[in-house]
Amino acid sequence: MRNRTILHSDINCCYASIELLHHPELRGKPIAVGGDAQSRHGIVLTADQIAKKCGVKTGMALWQARQICPNITFVSPRMDLYLRFSRMAHEIYSEYTDLQQPFGIDESWLDVTASCSIKGDGDSIARQISNRMKQELGITVSIGVSWNKIFAKLGSDYKKPDAITSITKDNYKSLAWKLPASDLLYVGRSTAKKLSSMGVSTIGELANTPSDLLKSQLGKMGLILNAFANGWDDSQVTAEDYHSPIKSIGNSTTTPRDLENDDDVMIVLTILAESVAARLRENGFKCMVVEISIRDNELCSFTRQRKIEHSTNITKEIAAEAYRLFKANYSWKKPIRSLGVRGADLVNGYMPEQLDLFMSFEEREKQMKVDETVDYIRKRFGFYSIQRGLMYQDRLLSTVNAKEDHTVHPHGYF
Amino acid sequence: MSKIYVDVLAEFSKDGRLIPKAIQWEDGRRFEIDIVKDVRRAASMKAGGVGMRYTCVISGQAKYLYYEDNNMWFVEGIV
Repeated sequence: MRNRTILHSDINCCYASIELLHHPELRGKPIAVGGDAQSRHGIVLTADQIAKKCGVKTGMALWQARQICPNITFVSPRMDLYLRFSRMAHEIYSEYTDLQQPFGIDESWLDVTASCSIKGDGDSIARQISNRMKQELGITVSIGVSWNKIFAKLGSDYKKPDAITSITKDNYKSLAWKLPASDLLYVGRSTAKKLSSMGVSTIGELANTPSDLLKSQLGKMGLILNAFANGWDDSQVTAEDYHSPIKSIGNSTTTPRDLENDDDVMIVLTILAESVAARLRENGFKCMVVEISIRDNELCSFTRQRKIEHSTNITKEIAAEAYRLFKANYSWKKPIRSLGVRGADLVNGYMPEQLDLFMSFEEREKQMKVDETVDYIRKRFGFYSIQRGLMYQDRLLSTVNAKEDHTVHPHGYF
Repeated sequence: MSKIYVDVLAEFSKDGRLIPKAIQWEDGRRFEIDIVKDVRRAASMKAGGVGMRYTCVISGQAKYLYYEDNNMWFVEGIV
């Protein structure tokens, strides 16, 4: 297997850096991006270097962040701006390779093996990219350079901000192997705990642990992690325009206020079902399974799903099934904080249907036409130009715009 | 330093280029752009923004004029 040159580029404190670029008056002070004081979605999405030093972490509530960092400024997120910056960053990357694998909006693997003869070696390309990010976009990156994706990511995590770290065949034992095992990709809290109970605390120890021991303690994943730790991962950086096949389509939301009764839930499930159904139609799918997820106000959550008789992408049917699942599985011990609806087991949406003696085909056809018309009106005049009568029962809850505010978060590695 | 959005008179050439011709200041003064020496994407840390940066020669002096993603033009102002 010929030696590859793989870069992992990570935009430092992405959202915070983009906001600091646009707000020169906030530079040098702690800031956190997140929340919207009115709708109660008050958590930190990201903090800048200064706030991070005070201990502000992603996922913290805004009030908690203010407690440990009293002079912090909160900035509301502008996803459209960050997505545009991400696109511009990928345009810069594309001048060095077409083998880009984004990992979220701020990270990306780049296989620059084929460009080395023209653009210079891995380090040199990393420096060029880093300089261009500063000059053209006003933000800094940390880049890891190595012969495989895992060490490349270790490299970019190694030093932040604004740094280039090379993990080579000559230095990986002294650099990568000394790091804690929890730094390795796919070693989370519970895996790290299991490893430390086995006496494994560094990546080097993980690399040298016998495979049968790892397999018995961690299963197949143990062998994979062992390979990662030894730099044996040879998974490809998948090319720019590869999209993994969609396996399910879902939407979830934390509502502007806690839900307290069945009527509240019906409104929100209908909004979510509308979005899921519209996206199913847009992508040419119908679903055979409807799944709901419920999280109460103490943040306990669970999911329930059911296979339905006929594949569907009709809003009313998905909403009805979601509501049925809800009624059958929730006993209202606590108010609800967030809900989700998902359509899974997808089938081709254009296939002709097997007709059922017991079901009204005209009714289904009518519903399908209604859905398509609503799609069309929304596309021309905006999401809020047309709404179901049900929405008028609660104007606060019905402000959730599930489809357009939807962002897909990083795909898994596998 | 701050970001000042300005009125700009610009030309769309038939080969697809956007060329700024003059900047109209808020007090009514009009600054003719003699020539555009350079165009490239760049960030202005001083003004706080990113866009296509046009290096314009106005009355013999080179000044930066930025065309932002939102189709607005800005310059680095002195506060």
